[in-house]
Amino acid sequence: MRHIISLLVENESGALSRISGLFSARGYNIESLTVATTEDQTLSRMTIITTGSDRIIEQISKQLNKLIDVVKLQDFTEGNFIEREMMFVKVRAEGESQRAEVKRLSDIFRARIIDVTDTTFCIELTGSGDKLNAYIRAMHDNNIIEVVRSGSMGILRGDKALTL
Amino acid sequence: MELSGSEILIQFLKDEGVEHIFGYPGGAVLHIYDAIQKQDAVQHILVRHEQGATHAADGYARATGKPGVCLVTSGPGATNAVTGIATAYLDSIPLVVITGQVPSHAIGCDAFQEVDAVGITRACVKHNFLVKDLNKLADTLKKAFYVATTGRPGPVVVDIPKDITAPHIKIPYHYPEKIKLRSYNPNFKGHPRQIKRAVELLLQAKRPIIYTGGGIILDNASAELRTFVRKLGYPITQTLMGLGAFPGTDPLFIGMLGMHGTYEANMAMHECDVLICIGARFDDRITGVTSKFCPYAQVIHIDIDPASISKTINADIPIVGGARQVLTEMNKLLDKTELKVNQNALDAWWKTINSWQSQNSFAYTQSKDLIQPQAAVEELYKVTKGDAYITSDVGQHQMFAAQFYPFDEPRRWINSGGLGTMGFGLPAAMGVKLAFPDKDVACVTGEGSIQMCIQELSTCLQYDLPIKIINLNNRYLGMVRQWQEFFYEKRYSHVYMDSLPDFVKLAEAYGHVGIQVDQPDDLHDAMVEAFKLKDRTVFLDIITDQEANVYPMISSGKAHNEMDLSPLQQKVQASLKAKGELV
Repeated sequence: MRHIISLLVENESGALSRISGLFSARGYNIESLTVATTEDQTLSRMTIITTGSDRIIEQISKQLNKLIDVVKLQDFTEGNFIEREMMFVKVRAEGESQRAEVKRLSDIFRARIIDVTDTTFCIELTGSGDKLNAYIRAMHDNNIIEVVRSGSMGILRGDKALTL
Repeated sequence: MELSGSEILIQFLKDEGVEHIFGYPGGAVLHIYDAIQKQDAVQHILVRHEQGATHAADGYARATGKPGVCLVTSGPGATNAVTGIATAYLDSIPLVVITGQVPSHAIGCDAFQEVDAVGITRACVKHNFLVKDLNKLADTLKKAFYVATTGRPGPVVVDIPKDITAPHIKIPYHYPEKIKLRSYNPNFKGHPRQIKRAVELLLQAKRPIIYTGGGIILDNASAELRTFVRKLGYPITQTLMGLGAFPGTDPLFIGMLGMHGTYEANMAMHECDVLICIGARFDDRITGVTSKFCPYAQVIHIDIDPASISKTINADIPIVGGARQVLTEMNKLLDKTELKVNQNALDAWWKTINSWQSQNSFAYTQSKDLIQPQAAVEELYKVTKGDAYITSDVGQHQMFAAQFYPFDEPRRWINSGGLGTMGFGLPAAMGVKLAFPDKDVACVTGEGSIQMCIQELSTCLQYDLPIKIINLNNRYLGMVRQWQEFFYEKRYSHVYMDSLPDFVKLAEAYGHVGIQVDQPDDLHDAMVEAFKLKDRTVFLDIITDQEANVYPMISSGKAHNEMDLSPLQQKVQASLKAKGELV
């Protein structure tokens, strides 16, 4: 099953490689990993998407918790949370009809065109991973020049929070 | 007090109570070695290879319970130390390994003797640090000792660039008495309700077994364990790492379990209805195939490391806590509770276990003209009256030592159980002898293992560490040969140690005493002679039966009740079964 694990880690060099190293050393899956500092410069917030049986997910949480650099950890999967991912897509947009079609499709997905040339559009889209996948599917393959995805990040709904 | 980085390091070690460090100098640690030279509070032991330094510190830590400390240079110094660091990691031994690093400005430039020590050791340390700021050196060292020695212990590496230790840059130094890490709070106390549930389940058991490991020794919980076991009168088995926590000669101890454990311990594991595991981790050498492991048992698992619980074997009652604290609580509950041990069931259970014991599964055939390796260990036990510190290397001799030298005290049996590092025994024995100069310290080894760190014989002479090397010399890499005999139709591939050195002459060349013995009748006298030479390192080269095997054995994919017995023991079993004396 797919799990979304959110972590607060020490903002120190090496913390990221300790965490990614744990996944490779123990053979755990890693679908995506995002990391950046928080409002507290000593802390980084990380979101990891992983898959595995309940036993493996339990081990992943425990092994992550064991790392000295991991300050706090929560598996969001059971709870109520918001998950978002951001994507840039550069597509071919040549001629009146193709440009109009790309624009229409982007409107449907509430995507924004953020850069334009005579022959290309660059589109920004935020949403769940599924929504991003759907956009890519809807866009004809041969129109896509490149795709850049951020990986998912998550936050708890309501007044609950993963803080110190 | 204004001190340089090197002086801070040495002063810190002094303040931390470190008496000995094991190391090897080199370019990146020259400033530190200069500071070492100017003081005598911390004794430096110059090994002959950095692997020896880590194993010696490890042996010292295992025997004393204090952290072992090493100092090595950058590059090859650090990489040579990796095997010893991994050895300590797999057995949860507290080590602090200080590695020199090239100067800060040269890091990342492929400088001379530069390796990414923090990167290389990341997968085999509890934690590691690169010191980037002299002002943080003392705090970082304190963190290293704190992390290494608390919770589930383990090795910690502190990588110090050369410029941090420069003699002309001095800063104020205060010993950091205490350190806090917001991300590290090892949980020492077991949950009271879980402990109560565990005691209740234990007292309902009809066929209970207590299975303990190295965690008892690491947490100094031996006394509490002894009280606990004796209150209940339940059978106890111990892992290779746990031997000595409960006395090996006590009738409640039914022997080591696992791949080369006793028949009775493994059978009792298979048949038990309640299993309490304390400070052990259901390692694959213990469980055999997990799908057939303890099929009738409810499992209580006590461990200080939450990640060890339900990792391979699901725990019905998990308790995260230190062995000593949880055992103390359990002993209190056992005194208070109105529940009683089911004595009838327990008597019947012991009767069954006694019948398994009559199998005498370690029995071996004595021979008139060949020394059996088991006999050599038995002789060692007799001559040392069971009171020596025994280190071992890895292989058949390690199993024979574990089987035939019952340990009555913890921290006496020192071996690389988790990583299985050949070459561990000799340097580990040096570390033990340094800690306990008045005790007999013997390294049980083989002609394969001993050659992996034999250069340390030189260190033994320099620092007057008179240990006894009990070399069970079968001219084979015995354990590998045994597997090739059993599973590869006797195709002995690269296990024959021809062109062996003359170990007697070799010992003499290193300034020690060498004795070779190849006749069973001469074994006793040779052993007595070796231990009589109190102030000399003696290399006792015992020429043993070449094809002796370690029995019983649980082959891979097999369960505890599917042990392979020796041909002799198979006959014993058949006759016991015929008489109806074996359950």
